[in-house]
Amino acid sequence: MIGGFIVLVVTIYIVRLFVLQVGDSTYKANADSNAFVDRTIYPSRGLIYDRNDSLIVYNQPAYDLVMIPKDVQPFDTLDLCRTLKISREAFEMRLEKMKKSRNYSGYTQQVFMNHISAQDYGRLQEKLYRFPGFYIVQRILRQYNYNAGANVLGDIREVNTNDIDRDDYYKPGDYTGDLGIEKSYEKWLRGVKGKEVLIRDAFGKIKGHYNDGASDVAPVAGNDLHLSIDIELQALGERIMRGKVGAIVCIEPKTGEILALVSSPSYDPSLLIGNERGKNYAHLVRNPMKPLFDRSIMADYPPGSTFKPSQGLIFLHEGIVNLSTAYPCHRGFISGGLRVGCHGHGSPIPLKPAIQTSCNAYFCWGLKHMLDSRSKYGTTAKAFEVWKHHMVSMGYGYKLGVDMPGESRGFIPNAAFYDKIHGEGKWVANSIISDAIGQGEILATPLQIANLSATIANRGYYITPHVVRNIAGVGVLKKSIERHDPTIDKRYYIPIVEGMRMAVTGGTCRGANIPGLDVCGKTGTAQNPHGRDHSVFMGFAPMDDPKIAVCVYVENAGFGATFGVPIGAVMIEKYLNGHLSPAREAVASRMAATSTYSAKAYGSGKKKLANASKDTQVSDEQKTTSQQSEENGTTN
Amino acid sequence: MELRTDRNEGGTLLKSVDWLTILIYAILIVAGAVSIYAATYNFDKASMFDFSGFSGKQFLWAFLSFGIGLSLLLIDRRMYEAYAYPIYGAMILLLIVTIFVAPDIKGSRSWLVFGPVSLQPAEFAKFATALALAKLFSTYGFQLNSWKNYAIAVGIIVLPILCIILEKETGSALVYTSLIFVLYREGMSGFVLFAALCAITYFVLVLKYASVLLLGIPMGMALVFIIVMVLTVAMLLFYCRSLIVARNVLLAYVAGGLLVWGLTYWGIQVNGYLFFGLMIGGTIIYLLYAMLHDDVRRILITIGFIASSVIFVFLVDMAFNNILQEHQQKRIAVVLGIQDDPRGVGYNVNQSKIAIGSGGITGKGFLNGTQTKLKYVPEQHTDFIFCTIGEEQGFVGSTLVLLAFLALILRVIVIAERQHTAFGRVYAYCVASYLIFHLSINVGMVLGLCPVIGIPLPFFSYGGSSLWGFTFLLFILLRIDADRAAYGSW
Repeated sequence: MIGGFIVLVVTIYIVRLFVLQVGDSTYKANADSNAFVDRTIYPSRGLIYDRNDSLIVYNQPAYDLVMIPKDVQPFDTLDLCRTLKISREAFEMRLEKMKKSRNYSGYTQQVFMNHISAQDYGRLQEKLYRFPGFYIVQRILRQYNYNAGANVLGDIREVNTNDIDRDDYYKPGDYTGDLGIEKSYEKWLRGVKGKEVLIRDAFGKIKGHYNDGASDVAPVAGNDLHLSIDIELQALGERIMRGKVGAIVCIEPKTGEILALVSSPSYDPSLLIGNERGKNYAHLVRNPMKPLFDRSIMADYPPGSTFKPSQGLIFLHEGIVNLSTAYPCHRGFISGGLRVGCHGHGSPIPLKPAIQTSCNAYFCWGLKHMLDSRSKYGTTAKAFEVWKHHMVSMGYGYKLGVDMPGESRGFIPNAAFYDKIHGEGKWVANSIISDAIGQGEILATPLQIANLSATIANRGYYITPHVVRNIAGVGVLKKSIERHDPTIDKRYYIPIVEGMRMAVTGGTCRGANIPGLDVCGKTGTAQNPHGRDHSVFMGFAPMDDPKIAVCVYVENAGFGATFGVPIGAVMIEKYLNGHLSPAREAVASRMAATSTYSAKAYGSGKKKLANASKDTQVSDEQKTTSQQSEENGTTN
Repeated sequence: MELRTDRNEGGTLLKSVDWLTILIYAILIVAGAVSIYAATYNFDKASMFDFSGFSGKQFLWAFLSFGIGLSLLLIDRRMYEAYAYPIYGAMILLLIVTIFVAPDIKGSRSWLVFGPVSLQPAEFAKFATALALAKLFSTYGFQLNSWKNYAIAVGIIVLPILCIILEKETGSALVYTSLIFVLYREGMSGFVLFAALCAITYFVLVLKYASVLLLGIPMGMALVFIIVMVLTVAMLLFYCRSLIVARNVLLAYVAGGLLVWGLTYWGIQVNGYLFFGLMIGGTIIYLLYAMLHDDVRRILITIGFIASSVIFVFLVDMAFNNILQEHQQKRIAVVLGIQDDPRGVGYNVNQSKIAIGSGGITGKGFLNGTQTKLKYVPEQHTDFIFCTIGEEQGFVGSTLVLLAFLALILRVIVIAERQHTAFGRVYAYCVASYLIFHLSINVGMVLGLCPVIGIPLPFFSYGGSSLWGFTFLLFILLRIDADRAAYGSW
């Protein structure tokens, strides 16, 4: 009986042991969370250099005060408040705010206060033992050597809930790239987090490294980026664009490397560091000039006359014209009651002089003949599709694939688009004739215009434009940087180049005629519904061995020759000669001092841009959708 | 030296002593010291035999206890028998002295401090009480058949309990209640044992589940009613041997249970008092009727059991809620470990379960336990030593330890039953009872099955007094057992 009793008891206990030890795994997890503290060691974020190995972006340490709520034990709140120099109310508010966060958990590290100053950090560090459950985490803030290139570089911000849901890498309080290459190269820049597994006793005291540190993982620093951007050229571009809205894109034609990617107005990248970021960011978002909107790759502009060389290429390739074909221009294109104005020059006029003088009539006639060529294409629509196909092959209408977030695709209409507007088969060449001169429905980003310039400079090909030349330790991302050969036969580029050279020597671009640099160019004066014409310039130099292709786009600045050309010339001379001649320096200073800010365009809200700059990603999608739904208003 | 002088006697002793018990004892004692080493292992300190550490000291105590054991074996059995009362008297005196001279250590006044060494007389009073009880039962003509004899036997047991309670060492005092097993073996009615077990179970259940409701009544009460119903059927079946009555009652209970389950399922609330009242009241009426054709006495006893159980439950409930002040209720609840108090007593049990549960099948390996090392489990080297085994040796290791204890206890019972004298038998049962109580309560507490009562796990928990106390108990038993042949010819 007594023996039976103890046998029964022992049996019950063995069953209980089995249930606890074999049946239920929650105890194991409990034990681990009891005893082990995983402390993250943050890697150093990759540095960013320009094409001449000048350091542009580097790191500085910052300190965050974090807490693990479940480990917090009663402490002297006032002492902590004094140390952090915050009021009791602010303390409660922070706690409240932290608890409301969707990622809040009592068992994980929560950021209580970030970016603690070095002095506060020092004092806090000494007292930290008095605040069990609070820890200091060292993080990285960015620091900038130049007040330039903010749109290219982007910035870093604390991750939000979406980031955390999307990528396991992130934990609350981490940082991620927000705009520019900080965003697009986040994966390389951020590095690999390390961790130390610490052993913690029941009193919350850290007893050392688990397994003598054998379980610790050292962090791997992020990869440094070497940009193709020439930071001095970039800074110059931003300087001369002061007071103007627009963009400058400079590309090395042979490599597709972007030398400068200016969006104006620009802002100081240092504004978006640390504790000041929130305030300054909101400021930038509210700014009606939308400085966060990177016009060089996001803005859809009518390319205006810079579009004409591409038209010449298509007409030549399709056999619509040859070099001696001449079209009449009596101060404009006059056909079937339609008139597209032009300015005074000889008539009739063949291709090269037409480029030189930027004759509207010539290109309108060319497109009209092409679209009306029933014998060759059957219908207008089929002819237009051929035209569109060529345009797309030259990099228009789709994203070029630059290694930056938020690139716009511009807009090249297709036949279906016009079928929808005018009715199927109910439109003819005259309905859409302004497409020929880069107006009408045509939209392009400054990057696409510069890319056309690079394509012509290369006599028939382009390399995907990109800003990151080399990722240290990884190399070039070959997959995303490819050579593209447009559908135009290479020999037709020669006359186009010659026409563009003539425009500089004796045409619309004379202001870009820099001795010894053999600049080729094409102006554009793009009509738009927002006020004065946009001033555009597209060019490259030197003619025979092009080293730089440029697009300058200045909103509401009038003729291409007044702003586009001189600014383009400054960029070309600076890059090719390494310095500006005194005369050019004077031009640059004059440009920098001139404002073309249009109250009409930015005073009361230009809907598209206003929507766009809140969040580049969203705006890009919005635009794409609006283009796909073909509700995009015509621009003339 | 001693060995040589007693060579002749030693020769027979070597043959007649129960080596199996010594083997198990040795295994447990070594495993215990190693566990203490693991439990108190500090990441910076290493040596197992460092005498400044807990394990070093424990090895010293263990080594000395072998010496003590050997000495005890060399003392003639007649000495134990002859001096049983004087030893008991001296121990009681010591316990009383302790109350007054002992310093307050964590609220208890049970330790006699001699310089660096502290002794707990309560541990040594165990063997003295066992000797006294054995001596009492071996007195010629002594039987548990009169109130007077009962009073003497219970008095011997209660005296040290009172002293130890006065030392504020309630856990150790409760150990002596296990001697009820001895009284049972020596003729006390099984009903007393049964009633005692029932009373403890009811008490704990009613208090532990007082705030959770089941069928609108406190769950503890409902659980007790269910136990009463199950026991009623069992008594009818095995005690009254009224198979038909048992079947009918069982069917009625099952039907009632199903009915309540169904009604609850359909959303109709059943009043628990009404349901259990009908069930149990109905049973009593039916049993009164059953007396017409079945064993009247046995059925009456069954009815008495049912009635007294119900009355007891209500008394406990009433006493707890109406007579005791709130802080008194709380203290009882906390002392019994039944109040959810994760930072207090509940903390120990919770951490202890985590430590054991994290061990898995084979454990984390010697010295690899994290919970016990990092002091998550309080009293890990003393009362909660079993956690260390659970965490580091896993299910396999802790089961082996439990089986070793079981083997020891069963061996002691075997030894008890082969004694030819009441003295030997009673003494052996005392040893078995102590071991049973310590093992059940200590391991049960660590596993979260019993209230937290601070008593050590024999041979494992750190402390010389406990180890030596059990060494005294076991080796005196071994000597008595070794001599049984000499007394067997009677």
